[in-house]
Amino acid sequence: MNLLIKGGRVVDPAGGTDAVQDVWIADGRIHKIGRGLKPPAGAEAVDATGKVVCPGFIDMHVHLREPGFEYKETIASGTRAAAAGGFTAVACMANTFPVNDNRAVTDYILARAKVEGVVRVYPIGAVTRNLEGKQLAELAEQAEAGCVAFSDDGKCIMNAELYRRAMEYALPFGLPVISHAEDCELAHRGAMHEGFVSTELGLDGQPAAAEDVMVARDIILAELTGAHLHIAHISTAGAVRLVRDAKARGVRVTAEVTPHHLLLTDEVVRSYDSSCKMAPPLRGKRDVEACLEALVDGTIDCVATDHAPHAVSEKEGEFAEAANGIVGLETAVPLLLDRLVRPGVLDLPTFVARLSVGPARLLNLPGGSLAPGAAADITILDLERTWTVDPATFRSRGRSTPFAGLTGAGAPWMTLVGGVKVAS
Amino acid sequence: MSWKRKDLLGMQDLDAAEIIGVLDTATSMKEIAAREIKKVPTLRGKTVVNLFYESSTRTRTSFEIAGKWLSADVINFSASGSSADKGESLLDTARNIEAMSPDVVVVRHKASGAPALLARHLRCGVVNAGDGAHEHPTQALLDLMTIREKKGHLEGLNVTIVGDITHSRVARSDIYGMRKMGITVTVAGPPTLIPAQCQELGVKVSHRLEEAIAHADVIMMLRLQHERMQGGFIPSLREYSRVWGLTLAKLEHCRPDVLIMHPGPVNRGVELAPEVADSAYSVILDQVSNGVAVRMAVLYLLAGSKGA
Repeated sequence: MNLLIKGGRVVDPAGGTDAVQDVWIADGRIHKIGRGLKPPAGAEAVDATGKVVCPGFIDMHVHLREPGFEYKETIASGTRAAAAGGFTAVACMANTFPVNDNRAVTDYILARAKVEGVVRVYPIGAVTRNLEGKQLAELAEQAEAGCVAFSDDGKCIMNAELYRRAMEYALPFGLPVISHAEDCELAHRGAMHEGFVSTELGLDGQPAAAEDVMVARDIILAELTGAHLHIAHISTAGAVRLVRDAKARGVRVTAEVTPHHLLLTDEVVRSYDSSCKMAPPLRGKRDVEACLEALVDGTIDCVATDHAPHAVSEKEGEFAEAANGIVGLETAVPLLLDRLVRPGVLDLPTFVARLSVGPARLLNLPGGSLAPGAAADITILDLERTWTVDPATFRSRGRSTPFAGLTGAGAPWMTLVGGVKVAS
Repeated sequence: MSWKRKDLLGMQDLDAAEIIGVLDTATSMKEIAAREIKKVPTLRGKTVVNLFYESSTRTRTSFEIAGKWLSADVINFSASGSSADKGESLLDTARNIEAMSPDVVVVRHKASGAPALLARHLRCGVVNAGDGAHEHPTQALLDLMTIREKKGHLEGLNVTIVGDITHSRVARSDIYGMRKMGITVTVAGPPTLIPAQCQELGVKVSHRLEEAIAHADVIMMLRLQHERMQGGFIPSLREYSRVWGLTLAKLEHCRPDVLIMHPGPVNRGVELAPEVADSAYSVILDQVSNGVAVRMAVLYLLAGSKGA
């Protein structure tokens, strides 16, 4: 089986490539990259002239909801959304029902993904049993079963002693511990960011300090234990500063940021539209600027969507009562291409790096590069393709997005996993 | 005055001319209350639904009387003992009520933004009768009406609002409304009860009661919710009333013509000493009377002034 992707601009930050080249795929793997490649007769060809050929994008923070919450999303619908959005792999969080805190659930997710998934699925195991923050989950078995990281995402482990033990216990597996950094006492009942907008709207706000305090604590624990700490969905200027300082000191800390925390502020909550409600909440202007700067300079290692689908009924009510979370898989790449890459805030190779080699390296995944021999997971972009965000067309079962109705240009054009087209 | 709004959701939406329009309409409505037969046919055949998700005697009764004096059919729908108790969502309840073709829905809800949500989904008019810590526009209108009645004007006055600003929808609506009418507003309370970036609302912030009320033409005392102790906002009611409670002694250095107001219900002995509540300074009961007039005006403007 040979496939030739012809004439595209190949952007492979891991290999330092940014040039018009052909990509020859044989038996699901990258065979050769170069100009004027001549695969054997009968090889399929894709004309990628004018397109951008990248290593497959990896979203290291999604909620696939299966098992247990199939009314919100399934592995089938979530991975289709991923493929349509230009992602060739996703890492899925443990807050399913039952929680992915043991080998049986990890096995189940991987088995379902094998049958129904259209992109690669990497499960993330829970840190504590049932996400209760009281007792360690069986991390060794989860690692053995294929979990690529540990996280109680959605909840913050408030007990510092337990979190220290989790970091220590995870050390031999070489897997990161992912922190949903939110001091839930300090965050109180806050349904949005605390600031002038929350004051005007009369909604309970949670201060940026609720995130900063926990990021500081977790960095200190990472220093103590030597563990690899990854900060999920970083959103505050304070947390960014802490991560930057820690990295400079050599602490093993990495961070991700979501498209919505890069593109929106708490101003949009004025509509009381619950599609603007997520954890962490949309922050102030200064925070957004700090996140952008950190994404550019590498303080933030990758973009992740925190794709968190819910049923319409869970999102349509009163703002304070509505579920946290929005979908992101099908909007992330188009939004960032149009809003950041097009105006030059983020150059294309850096953008590609933050979505491919960035997450691949920090999760020790095989993808993220187009080096010969690597699995042919490839995302091809069309920078001119215009779009309108229309939730009715989503492959995801979730529909809630603050970006509905937006228009722009630049979108995924084709997604290949192991050399097989999964979306175009 | 030409009223063009479908809904009354908050003072933030209104401009000064609209506020004066409501106050003038309310002033003419007040005359009805003085009549022996307190009923005019203005809203005959119109239906007003009071949809109250939070217990409220004063506001609900005020809207009910206002509707009845205007001859509207007033239906009270309270959350307890209704489908809301059985888990029906706010929107489903609203859709069901709309299917009964009301002209105005008056809503009180603990969630900020709930009336805005309803207004987006209902064809009929929606009046916000208090949503969370967001707004309570008819309260602000009746406060402005009372101040204008007693002082003869609004522009240039100093109003000090004292107490739990963070959790108060009355404070927010008063601030928005008063600022638009040219009133200088000071808010005062312990820092734990002043919301983030409060100054940006265009008010002065004070953490000392005596200083905050020294030059006030009006002092608006807010009710302190007892549960604020649990949240760690204040140590005790005893300390709060000592530091922030208004007593005759603290009033000694105030203007002799100062007005004391309170949105009710008063915690006697907490934010307001009984002798202050009952003093000549107090216009608390005028606020209640004007509340009916303001709500008559609002119902009239939303349900009666168009196409009638």
